Amino acid sequence: MAAELKGWRKLPIGGVVPGGAARELNKTGSWRAERPVWDEEKCIQCLQCWLHCPDDSILIRGQAVTGVDYGHCKGCGVCAAVCPKDAIGMVPEREGTCAR
Amino acid sequence: MRKVMTGHKAVAEAMRQIEPDVMAVYPITPQSEIAEYYAEYVHDGIVHTELVPVESEHSAMSACVGAAAAGARVMTATSSQGLALLVEVLYIAAGMRLPIVMALANRALSAPINIHCDHSDAYLCRDSGAFQIFCESAQEAYDYTLIAQKIAEHDKVRIPAVVNLDGFALTHTSQVVEPLDDAPAKKFVGDYKPIYPLLDVDKPVTWGPFAMPDYYFELKRAQAAAIEEVPAVFLETQKTYSKVSGRNYGGFLEGYRLDDADRALVVLGSTAGTAKVAVDALRGKGEKVGLLKVWLYRPFPYREVAAALGHVKRVAVLDRAFSFGAMGALYSDVATSVVHVDRRPALANYIYGLGGRDITVNQLVQVFADLKDARPDTGLRYIGLRE
Repeated sequence: MAAELKGWRKLPIGGVVPGGAARELNKTGSWRAERPVWDEEKCIQCLQCWLHCPDDSILIRGQAVTGVDYGHCKGCGVCAAVCPKDAIGMVPEREGTCAR
Repeated sequence: MRKVMTGHKAVAEAMRQIEPDVMAVYPITPQSEIAEYYAEYVHDGIVHTELVPVESEHSAMSACVGAAAAGARVMTATSSQGLALLVEVLYIAAGMRLPIVMALANRALSAPINIHCDHSDAYLCRDSGAFQIFCESAQEAYDYTLIAQKIAEHDKVRIPAVVNLDGFALTHTSQVVEPLDDAPAKKFVGDYKPIYPLLDVDKPVTWGPFAMPDYYFELKRAQAAAIEEVPAVFLETQKTYSKVSGRNYGGFLEGYRLDDADRALVVLGSTAGTAKVAVDALRGKGEKVGLLKVWLYRPFPYREVAAALGHVKRVAVLDRAFSFGAMGALYSDVATSVVHVDRRPALANYIYGLGGRDITVNQLVQVFADLKDARPDTGLRYIGLRE
């Protein structure tokens, strides 16, 4: 939940959001039904999941996958579908476990 | 210097002097000529504008939104079905507070398909969040294109503008127009200072974000505040322009022989010219008739309309489009204007001129006669319609 809600006079023109702020302020992964679970052992670092993710939610360091950003992942399953090694599985979210 | 030119040429001349960074436009009758004139200026190197020949009007306004967010001064033009296709993105431009100025060569909406003038396209974008100006003549189309640009880009405003000129009646008829010289025109419009330009990579921002129920309402209220700023800026800009041009523009409305009138017409656009001739003819016979022409249609000047019509006994409001299932749109605004004041006229609503149907002096003389003989009622009346 956002901190304190601002009144209309205090909003930036046209709803513009200052750079870099939106991603940290707005966690948009809360409606995910299934979560992708990454298996480092099976991963060959082909980066297909990172390339295809529509929400930029595959975390990388350098050129290596390090995990999934559950704060923004919507659970669409594209990463699991494109993975050539079945290194990503889709696991149903149980009630109360969705990342905020 | 006084010149003879069409309304389209007059608008194109104003655009040449404004010299937007980007103009994205798609051809449609009757608007196409504006883009054609402007394309010649680009081709001849007279202006340094990125002219984007897009694949539809939806794309035209989308390109305008992108360019405006990037920090460019942006203009476009359309008509009728083009406006209908574009209007989705016009709402977005308004919500994103982008000062895109659009000439709207007014043309009837389909079906049946028709290329001639009425105001159904202007009414379609009535609630878009753009401010709208209606022009009576090619001279006004020129003047208000410059004025609209300056208002749209004002720090307090920053919303799109729609400058309406009646298709063919203004766009394709040659009239005497006295444009400003380039230097004073450019000085009047001034330089554009974008806010949060996307191309300023040192200060990155997100444009057009998603808003949930917790913020959407506040953002729309802030947008409403922007169009509420237009009247004060409009008057200030008219004043500056009157000094620069020597033409006296003052107010949201033009009253013509209205001060002592007991009957009056309220109209938008070129019909005002015809109405002035009708008023003069009846004044010549001693009849106290007058005209109220609306320049600033959105935001609608309710208080000023009430003040202008308070002393008039009977008023005919002329709408050049149906608002199907309702009274005419202009009538509804005029009725809203006068409903709370003690001295108010009886109102009648006439629908006229659809799909380019001519409106004549004699017909308007007859409207005045009908107002004298019959008490205005609340049903729609029609001018020049075969039963």
